[in-house]
Amino acid sequence: MKEISYYPGCSLHGTAREYDDSIRGVSSLLNIQLHELEDWTCCGASSAHCTDEELAIDLAARNLAIAEKSDRDLLVPCVACYSRFKWAEKESKEHPEKIHFSYRGNVPIRYVLDFFCEGPILEEIKKKIAKPLSGLKVVCYYGCLTVRPPKVTGIKEYENPQHMDHLMELLGADSVPWSYKTDCCGASLVMTRTDIVRRLSGKLLSMAKEAEADCLVTGCPMCHANLDTRQDEMEKEVGENFNLPIIYFTELIGLALGHKDAKKWLGHHITDPIKILSAKGLM
Amino acid sequence: MNPNQQTYPQENSFLLEVVQASGEKIQACYQCQKCSAGCPVAYAMDILPNQLLRHIQYDHRERVLSSKTIWICASCYTCSVRCPNNIDIAKIMDVLRNLAIHSGIKPGEKDIPLFHSVFLDTIKSKGRIHELSLIIQLKSKTKDFLKDAGLGWKMFRKGKIKLLPSRFGGGKEIQEIFNEFEKGARR
Repeated sequence: MKEISYYPGCSLHGTAREYDDSIRGVSSLLNIQLHELEDWTCCGASSAHCTDEELAIDLAARNLAIAEKSDRDLLVPCVACYSRFKWAEKESKEHPEKIHFSYRGNVPIRYVLDFFCEGPILEEIKKKIAKPLSGLKVVCYYGCLTVRPPKVTGIKEYENPQHMDHLMELLGADSVPWSYKTDCCGASLVMTRTDIVRRLSGKLLSMAKEAEADCLVTGCPMCHANLDTRQDEMEKEVGENFNLPIIYFTELIGLALGHKDAKKWLGHHITDPIKILSAKGLM
Repeated sequence: MNPNQQTYPQENSFLLEVVQASGEKIQACYQCQKCSAGCPVAYAMDILPNQLLRHIQYDHRERVLSSKTIWICASCYTCSVRCPNNIDIAKIMDVLRNLAIHSGIKPGEKDIPLFHSVFLDTIKSKGRIHELSLIIQLKSKTKDFLKDAGLGWKMFRKGKIKLLPSRFGGGKEIQEIFNEFEKGARR
Protein backbone atom coordinates (compact mmCIF):
# COMPACT_ATOMS: atom_id res chain seq x y z
CA MET A 1 0.00 0.00 0.00
CA LYS A 2 1.41 3.36 -1.10
CA GLU A 3 0.36 6.33 1.01
CA ILE A 4 0.20 9.88 -0.22
CA SER A 5 -1.27 13.21 0.95
CA TYR A 6 -4.02 14.57 -1.27
CA TYR A 7 -5.00 18.19 -1.89
CA PRO A 8 -8.18 18.07 -4.00
CA GLY A 9 -8.57 21.84 -4.45
CA CYS A 10 -11.81 23.79 -4.76
CA SER A 11 -13.12 22.72 -8.16
CA LEU A 12 -12.87 19.01 -7.33
CA HIS A 13 -15.46 19.68 -4.64
CA GLY A 14 -17.75 21.25 -7.27
CA THR A 15 -17.76 21.21 -11.05
CA ALA A 16 -14.98 18.60 -11.29
CA ARG A 17 -16.41 16.09 -8.82
CA GLU A 18 -16.09 13.22 -11.32
CA TYR A 19 -12.36 13.92 -11.48
CA ASP A 20 -12.14 13.65 -7.69
CA ASP A 21 -14.31 10.51 -7.62
CA SER A 22 -12.30 8.84 -10.38
CA ILE A 23 -8.95 9.66 -8.74
CA ARG A 24 -10.19 8.15 -5.49
CA GLY A 25 -11.68 5.14 -7.28
CA VAL A 26 -8.61 4.38 -9.37
CA SER A 27 -6.26 4.91 -6.41
CA SER A 28 -8.10 2.34 -4.34
CA LEU A 29 -7.84 -0.23 -7.17
CA LEU A 30 -4.11 0.44 -7.38
CA ASN A 31 -3.53 0.15 -3.62
CA ILE A 32 -2.78 3.83 -3.20
CA GLN A 33 -4.13 5.34 -0.02
CA LEU A 34 -5.00 9.04 -0.26
CA HIS A 35 -4.89 11.16 2.88
CA GLU A 36 -6.85 14.33 2.23
CA LEU A 37 -4.89 17.27 3.61
CA GLU A 38 -6.51 18.38 6.81
CA ASP A 39 -8.01 21.84 6.82
CA TRP A 40 -6.76 22.78 3.37
CA THR A 41 -7.64 26.16 1.89
CA CYS A 42 -7.71 27.62 -1.63
CA CYS A 43 -4.31 27.87 -3.37
CA GLY A 44 -5.17 31.41 -4.55
CA ALA A 45 -5.35 30.34 -8.22
CA SER A 46 -4.91 32.97 -10.95
CA SER A 47 -6.54 35.72 -8.95
CA ALA A 48 -3.88 35.77 -6.21
CA HIS A 49 -0.87 35.89 -8.52
CA CYS A 50 -2.58 38.49 -10.72
CA THR A 51 -3.07 40.68 -7.65
CA ASP A 52 -0.13 40.36 -5.25
CA GLU A 53 2.93 38.13 -5.22
CA GLU A 54 3.14 37.75 -1.44
CA LEU A 55 -0.53 36.91 -1.15
CA ALA A 56 -0.07 34.22 -3.81
CA ILE A 57 2.89 32.71 -1.96
CA ASP A 58 1.12 32.83 1.43
CA LEU A 59 -2.05 31.10 0.20
CA ALA A 60 0.01 28.29 -1.35
CA ALA A 61 2.55 28.00 1.47
CA ARG A 62 -0.14 27.61 4.13
CA ASN A 63 -1.21 24.34 2.51
CA LEU A 64 2.35 23.19 1.86
CA ALA A 65 3.21 23.77 5.53
CA ILE A 66 0.37 21.41 6.50
CA ALA A 67 1.58 18.83 3.99
CA GLU A 68 5.15 19.07 5.23
CA LYS A 69 4.09 17.95 8.72
CA SER A 70 3.89 14.40 7.37
CA ASP A 71 6.66 12.69 5.42
CA ARG A 72 4.32 11.81 2.56
CA ASP A 73 4.43 13.30 -0.95
CA LEU A 74 1.59 15.65 -1.88
CA LEU A 75 -0.71 14.68 -4.75
CA VAL A 76 -2.36 17.59 -6.60
CA PRO A 77 -4.98 17.04 -9.34
CA CYS A 78 -5.72 20.62 -10.38
CA VAL A 79 -3.20 22.23 -12.65
CA ALA A 80 -3.74 25.72 -11.26
CA CYS A 81 -3.11 24.52 -7.69
CA TYR A 82 -0.13 22.48 -8.87
CA SER A 83 1.42 25.49 -10.58
CA ARG A 84 0.90 27.75 -7.56
CA PHE A 85 2.45 25.15 -5.25
CA LYS A 86 5.44 24.63 -7.52
CA TRP A 87 6.02 28.41 -7.69
CA ALA A 88 5.91 28.60 -3.88
CA GLU A 89 8.35 25.69 -3.72
CA LYS A 90 10.71 27.54 -6.07
CA GLU A 91 10.45 30.70 -3.95
CA SER A 92 11.10 28.73 -0.76
CA LYS A 93 14.44 27.68 -2.23
CA GLU A 94 15.46 30.92 -3.93
CA HIS A 95 13.92 33.49 -1.55
CA PRO A 96 13.14 31.75 1.76
CA GLU A 97 12.49 35.17 3.34
CA LYS A 98 9.28 35.39 1.28
CA ILE A 99 7.76 32.35 3.04
CA HIS A 100 5.75 33.25 6.14
CA PHE A 101 4.78 29.71 7.14
CA SER A 102 6.80 26.85 8.59
CA TYR A 103 7.32 25.52 5.07
CA ARG A 104 10.86 24.66 3.99
CA GLY A 105 10.30 23.38 0.46
CA ASN A 106 10.75 19.76 1.49
CA VAL A 107 7.48 18.16 0.40
CA PRO A 108 7.55 16.55 -3.06
CA ILE A 109 4.61 18.06 -5.00
CA ARG A 110 3.19 15.58 -7.50
CA TYR A 111 0.74 16.37 -10.27
CA VAL A 112 -1.74 13.50 -10.62
CA LEU A 113 -0.95 12.80 -14.29
CA ASP A 114 2.82 12.70 -13.69
CA PHE A 115 2.23 10.46 -10.66
CA PHE A 116 0.11 7.93 -12.55
CA CYS A 117 2.60 7.91 -15.44
CA GLU A 118 5.47 6.69 -13.27
CA GLY A 119 7.06 3.31 -13.96
CA PRO A 120 5.86 1.26 -10.95
CA ILE A 121 2.29 2.61 -11.16
CA LEU A 122 2.15 2.01 -14.92
CA GLU A 123 3.26 -1.58 -14.22
CA GLU A 124 0.47 -1.94 -11.67
CA ILE A 125 -2.09 -0.52 -14.13
CA LYS A 126 -0.85 -2.86 -16.87
CA LYS A 127 -1.27 -5.88 -14.61
CA LYS A 128 -4.83 -4.91 -13.66
CA ILE A 129 -6.30 -3.97 -17.06
CA ALA A 130 -9.61 -5.79 -17.34
CA LYS A 131 -11.03 -4.13 -20.45
CA PRO A 132 -8.49 -2.57 -22.86
CA LEU A 133 -9.75 0.58 -24.59
CA SER A 134 -9.35 -1.00 -28.04
CA GLY A 135 -10.60 1.03 -30.96
CA LEU A 136 -10.83 4.29 -29.00
CA LYS A 137 -9.06 7.16 -30.76
CA VAL A 138 -8.01 9.86 -28.32
CA VAL A 139 -6.12 13.13 -28.47
CA CYS A 140 -4.10 13.89 -25.35
CA TYR A 141 -4.47 17.45 -24.15
CA TYR A 142 -1.92 18.55 -21.56
CA GLY A 143 -2.76 22.26 -21.46
CA CYS A 144 -0.39 24.96 -20.26
CA LEU A 145 0.62 24.72 -16.66
CA THR A 146 1.15 20.96 -16.47
CA VAL A 147 4.27 21.52 -18.55
CA ARG A 148 5.04 25.25 -18.53
CA PRO A 149 7.19 26.95 -17.45
CA PRO A 150 9.73 24.11 -17.27
CA LYS A 151 11.81 25.99 -14.67
CA VAL A 152 8.81 25.37 -12.38
CA THR A 153 7.42 22.03 -13.61
CA GLY A 154 10.76 20.39 -14.38
CA ILE A 155 9.25 18.85 -17.56
CA LYS A 156 11.82 18.43 -20.34
CA GLU A 157 9.44 17.79 -23.24
CA TYR A 158 7.36 20.90 -22.69
CA GLU A 159 6.60 21.55 -26.39
CA ASN A 160 5.67 17.95 -27.14
CA PRO A 161 5.02 15.99 -23.96
CA GLN A 162 4.41 12.25 -24.39
CA HIS A 163 3.60 10.75 -21.01
CA MET A 164 -0.19 10.88 -21.30
CA ASP A 165 0.05 9.42 -24.82
CA HIS A 166 2.07 6.50 -23.45
CA LEU A 167 -0.47 5.96 -20.69
CA MET A 168 -3.33 5.90 -23.23
CA GLU A 169 -1.46 3.42 -25.44
CA LEU A 170 -0.90 1.24 -22.37
CA LEU A 171 -4.65 1.28 -21.69
CA GLY A 172 -5.17 0.02 -25.24
CA ALA A 173 -6.39 3.28 -26.77
CA ASP A 174 -5.04 4.76 -29.96
CA SER A 175 -3.40 8.11 -29.15
CA VAL A 176 -3.66 10.24 -32.28
CA PRO A 177 -0.92 12.80 -32.95
CA TRP A 178 -2.01 16.43 -33.11
CA SER A 179 -0.31 19.80 -32.71
CA TYR A 180 -2.46 21.32 -29.97
CA LYS A 181 -1.36 19.31 -26.92
CA THR A 182 -0.13 22.30 -24.97
CA ASP A 183 -2.16 25.16 -26.45
CA CYS A 184 -4.19 27.33 -24.08
CA CYS A 185 -7.97 26.87 -23.59
CA GLY A 186 -8.46 30.39 -22.20
CA ALA A 187 -8.45 29.31 -18.55
CA SER A 188 -10.02 31.70 -16.04
CA LEU A 189 -11.00 34.23 -18.71
CA VAL A 190 -14.14 32.10 -19.04
CA MET A 191 -15.87 34.10 -16.31
CA THR A 192 -15.18 37.50 -17.85
CA ARG A 193 -14.08 37.24 -21.49
CA THR A 194 -16.04 34.16 -22.47
CA ASP A 195 -15.60 35.19 -26.12
CA ILE A 196 -11.86 34.48 -25.85
CA VAL A 197 -12.45 31.07 -24.31
CA ARG A 198 -14.97 30.19 -27.03
CA ARG A 199 -12.40 31.05 -29.67
CA LEU A 200 -9.44 29.25 -28.07
CA SER A 201 -11.34 26.18 -26.89
CA GLY A 202 -13.31 26.08 -30.16
CA LYS A 203 -10.02 25.87 -32.03
CA LEU A 204 -8.91 22.93 -29.86
CA LEU A 205 -12.17 21.08 -30.49
CA SER A 206 -11.95 21.78 -34.19
CA MET A 207 -8.39 20.44 -34.40
CA ALA A 208 -9.27 17.36 -32.32
CA LYS A 209 -12.09 16.64 -34.80
CA GLU A 210 -9.71 17.13 -37.71
CA ALA A 211 -7.41 14.54 -36.11
CA GLU A 212 -10.49 12.25 -36.14
CA ALA A 213 -10.40 11.69 -32.40
CA ASP A 214 -13.36 10.08 -30.62
CA CYS A 215 -12.64 12.10 -27.50
CA LEU A 216 -10.17 14.51 -25.92
CA VAL A 217 -8.38 13.46 -22.73
CA THR A 218 -7.31 15.93 -20.07
CA GLY A 219 -6.09 16.12 -16.48
CA CYS A 220 -7.13 19.70 -15.73
CA PRO A 221 -10.50 20.67 -14.22
CA MET A 222 -10.42 24.15 -15.79
CA CYS A 223 -9.64 22.91 -19.29
CA HIS A 224 -12.31 20.26 -18.79
CA ALA A 225 -14.97 22.81 -17.88
CA ASN A 226 -14.03 25.13 -20.74
CA LEU A 227 -14.02 22.36 -23.34
CA ASP A 228 -16.92 20.24 -22.07
CA THR A 229 -19.61 22.71 -21.05
CA ARG A 230 -19.80 25.22 -23.90
CA GLN A 231 -19.68 23.13 -27.06
CA ASP A 232 -23.12 24.27 -28.25
CA GLU A 233 -22.07 27.94 -27.96
CA MET A 234 -18.86 27.22 -29.87
CA GLU A 235 -20.72 25.26 -32.53
CA LYS A 236 -22.94 28.29 -33.16
CA GLU A 237 -19.92 30.53 -33.44
CA VAL A 238 -17.80 28.44 -35.82
CA GLY A 239 -20.65 26.66 -37.60
CA GLU A 240 -19.10 23.26 -36.98
CA ASN A 241 -20.61 20.29 -35.20
CA PHE A 242 -18.39 19.13 -32.33
CA ASN A 243 -20.10 16.80 -29.88
CA LEU A 244 -16.65 15.72 -28.73
CA PRO A 245 -16.52 14.11 -25.27
CA ILE A 246 -13.86 15.55 -22.92
CA ILE A 247 -12.72 12.80 -20.56
CA TYR A 248 -10.43 12.85 -17.53
CA PHE A 249 -7.52 10.43 -17.93
CA THR A 250 -8.41 8.91 -14.55
CA GLU A 251 -11.89 8.07 -15.84
CA LEU A 252 -10.29 6.14 -18.70
CA ILE A 253 -7.92 4.32 -16.32
CA GLY A 254 -11.00 3.41 -14.24
CA LEU A 255 -12.85 2.21 -17.32
CA ALA A 256 -9.92 0.03 -18.45
CA LEU A 257 -9.53 -1.40 -14.95
CA GLY A 258 -13.25 -2.15 -14.88
CA HIS A 259 -14.13 0.14 -11.98
CA LYS A 260 -17.80 -0.26 -11.11
CA ASP A 261 -18.42 3.51 -10.84
CA ALA A 262 -16.96 4.53 -14.22
CA LYS A 263 -20.41 5.04 -15.72
CA LYS A 264 -21.44 7.22 -12.78
CA TRP A 265 -18.38 9.49 -13.22
CA LEU A 266 -18.98 9.83 -16.95
CA GLY A 267 -22.63 10.66 -16.30
CA HIS A 268 -21.67 14.06 -14.87
CA HIS A 269 -20.37 15.39 -18.17
CA ILE A 270 -22.29 17.97 -20.22
CA THR A 271 -21.06 16.55 -23.56
CA ASP A 272 -22.08 12.90 -23.28
CA PRO A 273 -19.15 10.46 -23.46
CA ILE A 274 -21.26 7.35 -22.74
CA LYS A 275 -22.78 7.09 -26.21
CA ILE A 276 -19.47 6.82 -28.06
CA LEU A 277 -17.91 4.58 -25.40
CA SER A 278 -20.90 2.24 -25.65
CA ALA A 279 -20.75 2.27 -29.44
CA LYS A 280 -17.11 1.18 -29.17
CA GLY A 281 -18.16 -1.66 -26.88
CA LEU A 282 -16.26 -0.21 -23.94
CA MET A 283 -19.23 0.23 -21.61
CA MET B 1 25.03 57.09 -27.43
CA ASN B 2 26.26 55.66 -24.21
CA PRO B 3 25.79 51.86 -24.58
CA ASN B 4 25.18 51.51 -20.83
CA GLN B 5 21.98 53.47 -21.24
CA GLN B 6 20.35 50.35 -22.66
CA THR B 7 21.82 47.99 -20.09
CA TYR B 8 21.22 49.80 -16.82
CA PRO B 9 17.80 51.29 -16.18
CA GLN B 10 17.83 54.82 -14.87
CA GLU B 11 17.04 55.49 -11.24
CA ASN B 12 13.37 56.08 -10.41
CA SER B 13 12.37 54.82 -13.84
CA PHE B 14 9.39 52.61 -14.54
CA LEU B 15 11.76 50.20 -16.27
CA LEU B 16 13.80 49.86 -13.07
CA GLU B 17 10.64 49.36 -11.02
CA VAL B 18 9.49 46.47 -13.24
CA VAL B 19 12.97 44.96 -13.52
CA GLN B 20 13.36 44.95 -9.74
CA ALA B 21 9.91 43.60 -9.01
CA SER B 22 10.16 40.83 -11.60
CA GLY B 23 13.87 40.03 -11.49
CA GLU B 24 13.69 39.86 -15.30
CA LYS B 25 16.15 41.55 -17.64
CA ILE B 26 13.70 43.48 -19.79
CA GLN B 27 16.56 45.49 -21.35
CA ALA B 28 17.62 42.32 -23.19
CA CYS B 29 14.54 42.30 -25.44
CA TYR B 30 15.60 42.93 -29.05
CA GLN B 31 12.12 42.76 -30.58
CA CYS B 32 12.27 39.39 -32.32
CA GLN B 33 8.47 39.19 -31.73
CA LYS B 34 8.50 35.49 -30.99
CA CYS B 35 6.40 36.18 -27.86
CA SER B 36 3.64 37.85 -29.90
CA ALA B 37 3.80 35.27 -32.68
CA GLY B 38 3.07 32.44 -30.26
CA CYS B 39 0.61 34.26 -28.00
CA PRO B 40 -2.86 32.68 -28.27
CA VAL B 41 -4.64 35.84 -27.08
CA ALA B 42 -2.56 38.44 -28.97
CA TYR B 43 -5.53 39.08 -31.27
CA ALA B 44 -7.51 40.49 -28.33
CA MET B 45 -4.71 42.71 -26.98
CA ASP B 46 -4.32 46.44 -27.56
CA ILE B 47 -0.51 46.26 -27.26
CA LEU B 48 1.33 43.12 -28.40
CA PRO B 49 3.67 41.50 -25.86
CA ASN B 50 6.83 42.61 -27.70
CA GLN B 51 5.46 46.15 -27.93
CA LEU B 52 4.65 46.07 -24.23
CA LEU B 53 8.28 45.30 -23.42
CA ARG B 54 9.38 48.22 -25.62
CA HIS B 55 6.94 50.54 -23.81
CA ILE B 56 8.45 49.44 -20.50
CA GLN B 57 11.95 50.13 -21.82
CA TYR B 58 10.74 53.62 -22.74
CA ASP B 59 9.15 54.16 -19.28
CA HIS B 60 5.62 54.53 -20.63
CA ARG B 61 4.12 53.72 -17.25
CA GLU B 62 0.55 54.89 -17.78
CA ARG B 63 0.29 53.41 -21.29
CA VAL B 64 1.38 50.01 -19.95
CA LEU B 65 -0.64 49.95 -16.72
CA SER B 66 -3.83 51.12 -18.44
CA SER B 67 -3.55 48.54 -21.24
CA LYS B 68 -5.98 45.72 -21.94
CA THR B 69 -3.00 43.48 -22.63
CA ILE B 70 -1.95 42.94 -19.02
CA TRP B 71 -5.45 41.62 -18.18
CA ILE B 72 -6.03 39.66 -21.38
CA CYS B 73 -2.82 37.64 -20.84
CA ALA B 74 -4.02 34.19 -19.73
CA SER B 75 -0.67 33.26 -18.07
CA CYS B 76 -0.13 30.30 -20.41
CA TYR B 77 3.66 30.88 -20.41
CA THR B 78 4.10 30.19 -24.13
CA CYS B 79 5.99 33.49 -24.54
CA SER B 80 8.22 32.83 -21.54
CA VAL B 81 9.45 29.46 -22.80
CA ARG B 82 10.09 30.73 -26.32
CA CYS B 83 11.97 33.98 -25.55
CA PRO B 84 15.53 33.66 -26.89
CA ASN B 85 16.69 36.00 -24.11
CA ASN B 86 14.97 33.99 -21.37
CA ILE B 87 12.75 36.86 -20.34
CA ASP B 88 9.83 35.48 -18.34
CA ILE B 89 7.21 37.68 -19.96
CA ALA B 90 4.27 36.00 -18.22
CA LYS B 91 5.88 36.76 -14.88
CA ILE B 92 6.30 40.40 -15.95
CA MET B 93 2.55 40.46 -16.71
CA ASP B 94 1.92 39.46 -13.08
CA VAL B 95 4.14 42.29 -11.85
CA LEU B 96 2.34 44.76 -14.15
CA ARG B 97 -1.08 43.64 -12.91
CA ASN B 98 0.11 43.98 -9.31
CA LEU B 99 1.42 47.51 -10.06
CA ALA B 100 -1.73 48.45 -11.97
CA ILE B 101 -3.97 47.50 -9.04
CA HIS B 102 -2.01 49.74 -6.67
CA SER B 103 -1.56 52.57 -9.20
CA GLY B 104 -5.06 54.02 -9.22
CA ILE B 105 -4.89 54.04 -13.04
CA LYS B 106 -8.18 52.96 -14.65
CA PRO B 107 -7.73 49.36 -15.87
CA GLY B 108 -8.06 48.68 -19.61
CA GLU B 109 -10.41 45.74 -18.92
CA LYS B 110 -13.25 46.25 -16.45
CA ASP B 111 -14.48 42.78 -15.54
CA ILE B 112 -11.20 40.84 -15.30
CA PRO B 113 -9.72 42.74 -12.32
CA LEU B 114 -13.20 42.78 -10.80
CA PHE B 115 -13.36 39.00 -11.08
CA HIS B 116 -9.99 38.64 -9.33
CA SER B 117 -11.11 40.90 -6.50
CA VAL B 118 -14.38 38.97 -6.04
CA PHE B 119 -12.45 35.68 -6.15
CA LEU B 120 -10.09 36.86 -3.42
CA ASP B 121 -13.00 38.16 -1.31
CA THR B 122 -14.52 34.67 -1.52
CA ILE B 123 -11.28 33.09 -0.26
CA LYS B 124 -11.08 35.68 2.50
CA SER B 125 -14.59 34.97 3.75
CA LYS B 126 -14.80 31.21 3.12
CA GLY B 127 -11.19 29.96 2.86
CA ARG B 128 -12.11 27.90 -0.17
CA ILE B 129 -13.82 28.78 -3.42
CA HIS B 130 -17.43 27.71 -3.42
CA GLU B 131 -18.21 28.14 -7.11
CA LEU B 132 -21.88 29.07 -6.73
CA SER B 133 -21.11 31.79 -4.13
CA LEU B 134 -18.39 33.13 -6.40
CA ILE B 135 -20.75 33.37 -9.38
CA ILE B 136 -23.48 35.05 -7.34
CA GLN B 137 -20.99 37.59 -5.97
CA LEU B 138 -19.61 38.29 -9.44
CA LYS B 139 -23.06 38.74 -10.95
CA SER B 140 -24.05 41.13 -8.16
CA LYS B 141 -21.15 43.33 -9.35
CA THR B 142 -21.42 42.95 -13.14
CA LYS B 143 -25.26 43.02 -13.08
CA ASP B 144 -25.21 40.54 -15.95
CA PHE B 145 -27.66 38.10 -14.38
CA LEU B 146 -28.66 36.27 -17.54
CA LYS B 147 -25.15 35.28 -18.67
CA ASP B 148 -24.73 31.50 -18.49
CA ALA B 149 -28.06 31.01 -16.69
CA GLY B 150 -28.96 28.17 -19.07
CA LEU B 151 -25.55 26.56 -18.67
CA GLY B 152 -25.86 26.82 -14.89
CA TRP B 153 -29.13 24.90 -15.01
CA LYS B 154 -27.60 22.18 -17.23
CA MET B 155 -24.65 21.83 -14.86
CA PHE B 156 -26.96 21.67 -11.86
CA ARG B 157 -28.88 18.80 -13.47
CA LYS B 158 -25.60 16.95 -14.07
CA GLY B 159 -24.70 17.25 -10.40
CA LYS B 160 -21.88 19.70 -11.04
CA ILE B 161 -23.15 22.49 -8.82
CA LYS B 162 -22.60 22.19 -5.12
CA LEU B 163 -25.25 24.19 -3.33
CA LEU B 164 -23.58 24.78 0.04
CA PRO B 165 -19.95 25.58 0.86
CA SER B 166 -17.87 23.01 2.78
CA ARG B 167 -17.23 23.49 6.47
CA PHE B 168 -13.65 23.60 7.64
CA GLY B 169 -11.31 25.56 9.93
CA GLY B 170 -8.28 27.46 8.73
CA GLY B 171 -10.17 30.71 9.10
CA LYS B 172 -7.77 32.48 11.46
CA GLU B 173 -4.69 31.94 9.30
CA ILE B 174 -6.56 33.04 6.19
CA GLN B 175 -7.63 36.21 8.05
CA GLU B 176 -4.00 36.90 8.96
CA ILE B 177 -2.86 36.38 5.37
CA PHE B 178 -5.44 38.88 4.14
CA ASN B 179 -4.67 41.36 6.95
CA GLU B 180 -1.05 41.40 5.83
CA PHE B 181 -2.07 41.74 2.20
CA GLU B 182 -4.39 44.65 2.91
CA LYS B 183 -1.68 46.41 4.92
CA GLY B 184 0.67 46.00 1.96
CA ALA B 185 -1.96 47.12 -0.49
CA ARG B 186 -2.17 50.47 1.31
CA ARG B 187 1.52 51.20 0.74
